[in-house]
Amino acid sequence: MLARRVVPCLDVASGRVVKGTSFVNLRDAGDPVELAVLYDREGADELVFLDIAASHEGRGIMEDVVRRTAEALTVPFTVGGGLRTVDDLRRMLRAGADKVAINTAAVQRPELIREAAARFGSQCIVVAIDAKRAAPARWEVWTHGGRTATGLDAVAWAKLAAALGAGELLVTSMDRDGREDGYDLALLRAVTRAVRVPVIASGGAGAPQHCVEAVREADADAVLVASLFHFRKASIAEVKSCMAAHGIPVRPVGPQPRAAPADGRSR
Amino acid sequence: MIAITDYGAGNLHSIRRALIRLGLDVRVIDSPRPLDGAEAVVVPGDGAFGPAAARLRALGFEERIRAHVRSGRPFLGICLGMQLLFDASEEDGNHVGLGVLGGRVVRLPASVKIPHMGWNRLRIVRPSPLLEGVEDGAYVYFVHSYHAVPADPALVAATAEYGGAIAAVVGGDNVWATQFHPEKSGAVGARILANFARWAVGAGAPGR
Repeated sequence: MLARRVVPCLDVASGRVVKGTSFVNLRDAGDPVELAVLYDREGADELVFLDIAASHEGRGIMEDVVRRTAEALTVPFTVGGGLRTVDDLRRMLRAGADKVAINTAAVQRPELIREAAARFGSQCIVVAIDAKRAAPARWEVWTHGGRTATGLDAVAWAKLAAALGAGELLVTSMDRDGREDGYDLALLRAVTRAVRVPVIASGGAGAPQHCVEAVREADADAVLVASLFHFRKASIAEVKSCMAAHGIPVRPVGPQPRAAPADGRSR
Repeated sequence: MIAITDYGAGNLHSIRRALIRLGLDVRVIDSPRPLDGAEAVVVPGDGAFGPAAARLRALGFEERIRAHVRSGRPFLGICLGMQLLFDASEEDGNHVGLGVLGGRVVRLPASVKIPHMGWNRLRIVRPSPLLEGVEDGAYVYFVHSYHAVPADPALVAATAEYGGAIAAVVGGDNVWATQFHPEKSGAVGARILANFARWAVGAGAPGR
């Protein structure tokens, strides 16, 4: 049975890890490569790097981070933030990223998804969706790092992105991001019911229990976690053992012991 | 020398680094000539079957890979590199593969999310040199939308459960392949590649 994934997310600006609260108030949390290797060792199932200050000057720095990360990591990682063209994607994939995430550029020109999937394969094209509640059961897509409203319905956009060839969706609740009071389960449920590709839940993880809810109540395939891990409020092992205790299949942390208990208790 | 074929399908960094870490002399080759001098060949790959098969052919790899296999030297296919070994794939039409192994590559069943992406457990169905020391039930990392169905079920050494039992490790003699990515599969993957390395450079190789 497929394990549900626990995915630490590193927000990166100018080659350093930062994590904002609702996209402002950045705090420095260290070197991305070092942190990525640490999370790999601690049992991360994969990692996501988001370049939140993406600019032409920053692109080179990010490529270098990606290259150094690819050399060191033994699990897959995704890179996103400011990637606008097929050539941008090609550069990140060549530098060693396993998957690339596109957001604003895909909204502006949905055909980019189709082109990228045809060129590199759907399996490495992640469409990131920043969604903000607009009505009780309606979410609007925002772009440009959450600064621009698009009028697009998030669920409709998720369906279109999957139909165009996205291999995975990274769905971030802007309302919940940085608040650490749980994922937007209604948003996630609406998306996972609408598409047949894997969905990564993002925005709001503040306790291991939130990750359980995202899987059990919203059928998320993976949970993205940032500050909870960055500031050591919980470890990956704690999150996974909480998930396992609720009957969710997870990959045991650390080197998989012989005759490992099936419940993920390996600390 | 272990040759990794670069035919423009997916990222080779991780597999290259993983094999170098094992102390192997690794060379990424984008033309088939150096294959003749290789002790072993690794064909990785991601993406669509048709264009990948076409590029392998256009670059002249197809015949050399077959010759390598016939010579009895070790061969490892990974993900799309496994699928390409089979007769044909139904991905976006019908495309002819290398035909080194009998069977077809078909789409995963509609009952499950596609792609099959993430960590799944190996069900080991028979011993194989690649899986020596790997526990039944160990997690490895998969990313694929199509899967190989060997004509001879005895080719399958391990399966994973995803809308049915899918072939995760296939092979025999000098040809082995994995649907999952050992280079992305943490400690379990490292063990599988170490098994390959030991086998690829022969029993008499220095214990680096």
